[in-house]
Amino acid sequence: MTEALRSFKMATWLGWQIESNWTDPFLFGIYTIAKPVSGALILVVMYSIVAQGGPGNPLFPYMYVGNAFYIYVGSVLIGISWAIIGDREEYGTLKYIAAAPLLMAWYLLGRGMARTIIGTISAVVTLAIGVLFLQVPISPPAVDWPLLAVAMALGLSGLMVMGLLLAGVSFLIARHAGFIGEAIAGALYLFTGAIFPLEVLPAVLRPIGYALPVTYWLETIRRALLGASAAPTFAAWSDAQVAGALAVSTLVWCVISVTYFRYAEHRARALGLLDWQTQY
Amino acid sequence: MQTAVTNAPTRPPFKRRVNLFWRTVFARSYPRLIGMQREKSWLFFEIVLPFMVACSYVFVYKAIGAPHDYIGFVVLGGAMSAFWLNMLWLMASQLYWEKQSGNLPLYIAAPNSMMAILLGMALGGMAATCVRAAVIVLAGSLLFGVTYATANLLPALAVFLLAMVALYGLGMLFASVFLLFGREAWHTSNLLQEPVYLVSGFYFPIKSLPVWIAAVASIVPLTLGLDAMRQLLFAGSGAIGFLPVSIEIAILAVLSVAFLLASKWALDYLEMLARKEGRITERRR
Repeated sequence: MTEALRSFKMATWLGWQIESNWTDPFLFGIYTIAKPVSGALILVVMYSIVAQGGPGNPLFPYMYVGNAFYIYVGSVLIGISWAIIGDREEYGTLKYIAAAPLLMAWYLLGRGMARTIIGTISAVVTLAIGVLFLQVPISPPAVDWPLLAVAMALGLSGLMVMGLLLAGVSFLIARHAGFIGEAIAGALYLFTGAIFPLEVLPAVLRPIGYALPVTYWLETIRRALLGASAAPTFAAWSDAQVAGALAVSTLVWCVISVTYFRYAEHRARALGLLDWQTQY
Repeated sequence: MQTAVTNAPTRPPFKRRVNLFWRTVFARSYPRLIGMQREKSWLFFEIVLPFMVACSYVFVYKAIGAPHDYIGFVVLGGAMSAFWLNMLWLMASQLYWEKQSGNLPLYIAAPNSMMAILLGMALGGMAATCVRAAVIVLAGSLLFGVTYATANLLPALAVFLLAMVALYGLGMLFASVFLLFGREAWHTSNLLQEPVYLVSGFYFPIKSLPVWIAAVASIVPLTLGLDAMRQLLFAGSGAIGFLPVSIEIAILAVLSVAFLLASKWALDYLEMLARKEGRITERRR
């Protein structure tokens, strides 16, 4: 455990340096908020030009809060999975990391922490814009803080183990044009009810959403912040049931991810992929 | 009487330079085409997953009861986003990546044009991008029942090609600027994704934004290209057009010429500057 914590702590520091020391704090701040705020504003414009009542539409807070916290999904998945590609092909250090006395999985989780911190800043700023300018009804005294804390702890754990799964995939594939973490996060946008209720999806696709911890995480967050969710998806479920589903699905994904990661790491070592240079 | 001796290489004949240009284009696009064959996981990560992102925006419009044309707008915008990403990641920031991996000094030392290298990168990457865009348009249209004004298909194709010339001209310009960048190149490309999706109206008509934003965003060729294509391909969507199609085409033509000329000048100038400041071989900043 001491070795795991040491690997995690060192990687967190390294990840933060890589993410933040390329520019001055002002530009870093702009970079941190411009991308997620733009993503949220795309949805705001879509609602404003089409939906009855624009931001006053009952579905708007549902969408806005889901989208704000969804920032974490991209941040964590990219942070952990890109560390493999970046260390392998940009810095050429993956083979040294593998040879060093540290635990690879904990190292990668630490590398993902920097992006998680940046994601937190982005999510808070996006939420603040929603509350201050777009009438998103979040009132601090009315927030269910214990439920929010449980949701964040379980949800971020679930995202991190999913990131580990993607890191395993990254061990075995070439560098592609985009971030695979971003591609997966984009695809999960469809299935997790982040910006529209699952009922809008064709019935055949809904079970995918029910199998993902992110779906229950976003629902728990909405309940903690807004009091109730506008979507009918989990209307019959109590808060405890939704949080329980989040815990169980996180545990299942943890087993799947760690098993696959171990297999992929072993396979990458066996195939000599730790210093692979794609160069396409 | 002494004859002046110079070490400057003599300029090869025009025909040989043209030949070298196209051979360079082919040579740089070749690894990308072969890479696609060897590493097929891109089919999933670069086509299937981005298609799902476009679907997400379609379902948002379905959830809020948008008119059916808006679903077509999203499908077209989703397809065009592939070209924006291709330009950003496989062209503009690629020289930074090549610098990091040590290829850049080889490109510069070789007797070829950097524009040919960049064009080769663009064409090699475009094969995957075209497949991605085609899948989004075809699958999106079939799944969501999007119909197009087929009478305007050819003019829309012409607008698309013009927008591509301007877009890749802009990509070459970015690439030359990124030549001087370190890790800023990477972050700048990242920063130019969602904000450009927003101001260029990838998922809604650009006319929905304030005029000044739409006007500024028109510097990105896909803004006017998308708007013109939507006006041509969706019957009755002329009312949501930002400018008349003829004016948008004229502006795109001007942008194409301007970006290509500017990129040629910038590549030459910034390559010279990068040589002088020793940034060609600079790595691991």
